[in-house]
Amino acid sequence: MKNSLEIKGLKASINGTEILHGLNLTIPKGEVHAIMGKNGSGKSTLAKVMAGHPDYEVTGGDVLLDGKTILGLDPDVRAREGLFLAFQYPSEIPGVTIANFMRAALNARRPEGQEVDAVEYYNELYKKMDLLKIDRSFTSRAVNDGFSGGEKKKNEILQMAMLEPKYAVLDETDSGLDIDALKIVSHGVNSLRGPKMGILVITHYQRLLDYIVPDVVHVMVDGRIVKSGSKELALEMEKKGYDWVENLATA
Amino acid sequence: MAGKNGQSPVGQNGSAPVGWWQERKAEAWKKFQAMPMPRRSDEDWRFATIDAIQLGDFQPGQKGSTSAEALLKRSTASFPHAAKAIFSNDRLLHIEGGEELAKQGVVFESLAGALQKHPALLEKHFMAHPVDLGAQKFAALHAANASAGVLIVVPKNVEVKLPLVSFHWLDGNESAVFPHTLIVTGENAKVTVVDFLGSTEAGGAGLACGLNDLLVGAGAKVEYVSLQEWGSKVTSFQLNSTRVERDGEARSLFVNLGAAYARQESRSTMAGSGARSEMLGLSVGSERQEFDQRTLQCHDVPNTWSDLLYKNALDDRSKSIFKGLIRVAPGAAKTDAYQNNRNLLLNPEAEADSMPGLEILNDDVRCTHGATTGQIDRDQLFYLMARGIDPRTGAQLLAHGFFEEVIARLPEKGIGEAVRVAVAAKFAAMRTRPKNAERIVARPKVQGQIEEEALDVRTLQGLAN
Repeated sequence: MKNSLEIKGLKASINGTEILHGLNLTIPKGEVHAIMGKNGSGKSTLAKVMAGHPDYEVTGGDVLLDGKTILGLDPDVRAREGLFLAFQYPSEIPGVTIANFMRAALNARRPEGQEVDAVEYYNELYKKMDLLKIDRSFTSRAVNDGFSGGEKKKNEILQMAMLEPKYAVLDETDSGLDIDALKIVSHGVNSLRGPKMGILVITHYQRLLDYIVPDVVHVMVDGRIVKSGSKELALEMEKKGYDWVENLATA
Repeated sequence: MAGKNGQSPVGQNGSAPVGWWQERKAEAWKKFQAMPMPRRSDEDWRFATIDAIQLGDFQPGQKGSTSAEALLKRSTASFPHAAKAIFSNDRLLHIEGGEELAKQGVVFESLAGALQKHPALLEKHFMAHPVDLGAQKFAALHAANASAGVLIVVPKNVEVKLPLVSFHWLDGNESAVFPHTLIVTGENAKVTVVDFLGSTEAGGAGLACGLNDLLVGAGAKVEYVSLQEWGSKVTSFQLNSTRVERDGEARSLFVNLGAAYARQESRSTMAGSGARSEMLGLSVGSERQEFDQRTLQCHDVPNTWSDLLYKNALDDRSKSIFKGLIRVAPGAAKTDAYQNNRNLLLNPEAEADSMPGLEILNDDVRCTHGATTGQIDRDQLFYLMARGIDPRTGAQLLAHGFFEEVIARLPEKGIGEAVRVAVAAKFAAMRTRPKNAERIVARPKVQGQIEEEALDVRTLQGLAN
C-alpha cells in the first residue's frame, strides 16, 4: 500500500530462536501508532528487524515502505529510503562530534560532491536544537559519549528532526527519562507529527502516551499483535494489566 | 644504491665545503656500507617485511619534473606560521621568515645556510644523539647524504609564538631524499615545528630517509609534528631522537599516511629531573602498506614523566608493527611512564603486531603499558548505518573518532585540524576504490581480539636486581 509502513506476517529469529511469529501491522503516513508490550514480548526485536540489524534473521513475511519491500536492503539504504529508528540504547561514538555525525548523515542522502552548505546546516541544526531545548554546546560533544539518559534520547529525537524520515520507529524512547525530559522529548515528537510522517512508538509504559497521544494502540504479546484499538486501550491496559491481554492471546 | 654522492658538497649555492662536515659524511658513508642489511631474525626488526625495504637505484639530488612554481603553490600550511622552508628532492626552493625571527635571536636556517652561518652549532648538535632502535644503518645513510632541512635554534627565554614549518617533496620516481630537522632550545624557550613530507604524485616511488633531533632545554617546551604523505611506492625511514633537560617538555606527533613501507623510530631521553615527553603516533594503512614503529622511553633520572600513545587504523591488507620499551635506569625513582598502542582493524585481513615492553631497574616507579587490537564495533557501525551512512564511510568516521584522542592532545588547534584534513584526504582516496560494501556488516559477531596488559610496578622488587 502506498503511503504506509506495512508489516506483513513478519517472522524473525536470533541465534535460531524465533521471536516474531508472524506480525501484522500497518502504519499509514500521518498517523501515530503505539505498541505496548511487556519485556520479552519482541517489541525491540521488531524495531531492530525493521532497521536491518545483522544479528536478526528474517524467516518469513515482509516489511513494505510505501509499497516497496525493504527487507533485502542494508540498514543504511533503508534509512535513506526514509526509515528512522530511535534507539532504546543509542551507541556511544567517542571522538565523533554530533555536528560531524549529523553532517555525515545528511551528506549520505545527497549526491557525491554536493554536500550540505555549512551555514544552512548550522541554521537548521540550531533551530531543531532550540525546539528540543538542547544547549548549543551540544554540537561539539562526541555522540552520546558520557551523555545522561535524557541527553541520549533528546539526541535521538534531534536526529529524527534533522533527517525528516517518512517513518520513524521510537524504541522505548521514554525509558530512563524523568518527567521533564519526557515532556521535552514528547514535545519534540509532537512538533514533528504531521501528514508527511508515520510514527510507531514502542513503549512499556502507558505514561508516554499521555504526552504523545497515539491514533492507534496495539498490544504485543509473544511476537504478535494481539489487540488493537483507540488511545483508550492504553488506559485499559494500565488498569487491567498485561495478564488481561495475555489471556486474550491464548483465548 | 642511494647515496653514491655522499661526499658531494652540501652547499647547493656554490658554498665552500666544510672540512668536518665532509669528514663526517665520508665516515658515515663508510659506516653505511659496512653495516649489514637488517634481517628478520634481528630482534629490532621482528615482524618487519625486510623485502619491502627498497633502496633501489634512487639517487639524491635528482632533477624533478614539477616546476618550482607549482611546488611553492602546493606548499601551503592551513594554519598561521612564522617561517617556512621548502625543499624538493633535497634542493632548497624557498625559505622565508628567518630574518624576522633573527630579531628575537632565533635561528631558522637551511642546513646549507647553517653550515655557513652557524657551523659551530651544527658541529655540536648534528646527529649528536643516539639512534639505536635498529635503523643504525639508515641513520648512517642519512648522515652521509643529509643536505636538506633546517636548523632551528631558540635561545633562552624566547617563545616563538607561531609554528615554523618545512616542506619536503619527493619529485619523480627516481629520487632519494634525506629530510633533516634539528631543533635546539635554550632554557625556558618555546617552539612548535611542523614538517610536511610528500610526493608530487600519490603513486610516486622513491626513498625517504629522514631524521629529526629535538633538544629540549631546561624548562623549554618543544612541540614537533611530522605529517608523512609520501607516494604509495616510497620506502620511508624517519628517525627521531628527543632529549629533554630538567623541567623541559617535549611533545611529538608522527602522522604516517603515505609510503609502502614506513619505519618510524622515536626515542625520548628524560635527562633532567621534571623532564616530560609526550610521544604520539597516528597511522592510516591501506592496500599493503606497512608501518613499522619502534620506540624507546628512557628515564635516566628521578621524577620524570613520559606518555606514549600510538594509534593505527588499518584497512585492506595493511600492517603495523609496534615495538616499544620503557627503560627506567637504576636510581630513576618516581618515574611515571605510560605506553599505549591501539590498533583498529578496518578489514579482517589487516594485521597489527604489538610488542610493548618494560625494563625497570628501580622499584619506586609507576609504569603502565598496554596494547589493544580490535575491529570496528558492530553496534556503533549499525548505529551509523541506521542514520543512512554507508558502512565504509561509517567505519572511517569511527576511525576519525578513534584518532581524536591523539589529535586532541595538540594544543595548536590549527595543526590538529591540518592533521584531520590529511587523514580525511587519505580516507577519501581509499573510498574511491571499489569495495565490497557488505563486508563489515556480514562479518560474524566478533568484538576483536583484545589483549591488554596493565602493570603497576610501584613495588616490583624482583625486577630491581
